[in-house]
Amino acid sequence: MKWGKYTPYLLLAPTLIIIALFIYWPAINSFLMSFYKISPFGDKRIFAGFDNYIKLFENEAYWEALRVTFIYIVTTVIIVIILGYLIAQLLDNKVFGVKIYRTLIFVPYVISFTIGGALWTFMLNPVAGHVNYILSRITGESINWLNQVPYALISIIVASVWKMLPFSIIFYLAGLQSISESIIESSLIDGANVWQRMWKIKFPILSPITFYLVIMNITNGMFESFGIIDIMTRGGPLGSTTTLIYKLYQDAFFFQKTSLAAAESVVLFIIMSFITFLYFRFGEKRVHYQ
Amino acid sequence: MRKSTREKVNYVFVELGLIIVSFFMFLPFILAISMSFMEPTEVFSYPPKFFPSSINFKNYITAIELVPMGRMLFNSLLVASFTTLGKLITGTFAAYAFSSFRFKGKNILFSTLFVTLFLPAETVMILPLFMLMSNLGWVNTYWALIIPFTASATNTFLFRQHFMTIPRSLEDAAKIDGASAMQYFFKVLIPLSGPIIAGAAIINFVYAWNMYLWPLIVTMQDNMRTVQVGVKMLISGETSNNWGVIMAGTLLVALPTLIIFFLLQDLFVKSLVNSGLKE
Repeated sequence: MKWGKYTPYLLLAPTLIIIALFIYWPAINSFLMSFYKISPFGDKRIFAGFDNYIKLFENEAYWEALRVTFIYIVTTVIIVIILGYLIAQLLDNKVFGVKIYRTLIFVPYVISFTIGGALWTFMLNPVAGHVNYILSRITGESINWLNQVPYALISIIVASVWKMLPFSIIFYLAGLQSISESIIESSLIDGANVWQRMWKIKFPILSPITFYLVIMNITNGMFESFGIIDIMTRGGPLGSTTTLIYKLYQDAFFFQKTSLAAAESVVLFIIMSFITFLYFRFGEKRVHYQ
Repeated sequence: MRKSTREKVNYVFVELGLIIVSFFMFLPFILAISMSFMEPTEVFSYPPKFFPSSINFKNYITAIELVPMGRMLFNSLLVASFTTLGKLITGTFAAYAFSSFRFKGKNILFSTLFVTLFLPAETVMILPLFMLMSNLGWVNTYWALIIPFTASATNTFLFRQHFMTIPRSLEDAAKIDGASAMQYFFKVLIPLSGPIIAGAAIINFVYAWNMYLWPLIVTMQDNMRTVQVGVKMLISGETSNNWGVIMAGTLLVALPTLIIFFLLQDLFVKSLVNSGLKE
């Protein structure tokens, strides 16, 4: 069996078995579970049709989690994309020390969301934190950032932007450096200024990167943000920072609402499938396969 | 002449902008480092201090003693190394199959894999995945932390993309010389893929090191927990107000990924961009 018929299947087997066992099988299971009423220890199952979904969407708290997730993701992604693009422009210049700036700016990318959360929890500490100190020196007021309703979500957004920004900068910078000189030169001859070049010439050229970054940042915001939220606010106060993934975690592992959590998994799965579909439908051009 | 003053203005503007941005991005780290050397009384002094009065490693020692940080560092190192190794092996194998062979069902298998690209199983399917682990008796074991993450679509595509750039003539020559498929793989393909594999290894390691939600729910005993869960334990445990100790622990946990980044940043950044983009 040199370049045999079965070689490719053998090569693919490990990957496919693991994906099947740990992605497809749980996905199917969660789908099935969402149509049953299951006792907390999983020993009794009664078919319930769409009951779990009806219960889920009649639940005020679930709509609140949807709303929080939406606000969190939209705000974070927009800020990350715009700031990421602007900072990448700065880094695309040959100025003194640019390599050092680049290193310092990229650092938040390699630490975890959890550690990012820990750093910000300290800085936002109402007593010893530096943010409140500076704020009170300027305005005379201080804010209990992580325990007050609009501020807790704002804090989560700020910390997430800080953590997620480098990822977008890295990709925009790589994109900017691959734009050919001739395009820039001809725009110079046409008399375009820096601002016009940035938004009317470079931005459209980099739109595939923007698209990719929007998708990746949505994914990160949906799931990885769990670490930042769990460390900084644990979903509070009053559920104002409870996102879909945090709600799923609470329902599944604290309140033992197994069937409800299964329905929540399916909703998350559908949202992610839709995003994946969008990516393949519109972002396909860039990822050449076949 | 006019142009050169304008260039100078631009230059100053860019330089200033970069200084401000890097200051804000790096500030939390400077504060954390500074805090990690402070005595408890210094941490809560008002106005807040920006620099410690002396350098001592007391907080680091306390952090290691309070939660079993040493054991957790070992756990994370083990888990991150083995998931990385697993992903490299399964990924290069699968990529080789897709790049060099024609076989029945290729397109279907390819799509089957591709669909999972943006689907982090450990979060979307967390509940059934957890139930699967408890049925297998894997809760609180290294198996649960490693095995589900030993294959991924991302790695397969990254390697496949690279393998396809290797000239077909090399493969033909190998065949003529009578080399088997695996000989070609190990003696030609892999040696030609050094930087890609190294880059993927770094990205995978950092990703595994930083995992949080899954280790949090699938491990219950302190001796099986990973460092990211350790950070949470420092914050919510009895040290909850001792920020010097928390920051020391946090920096210890961040250190390995920071070292990797500072040493290998060019390779790291290049591979990161390659894994997401293909020009």
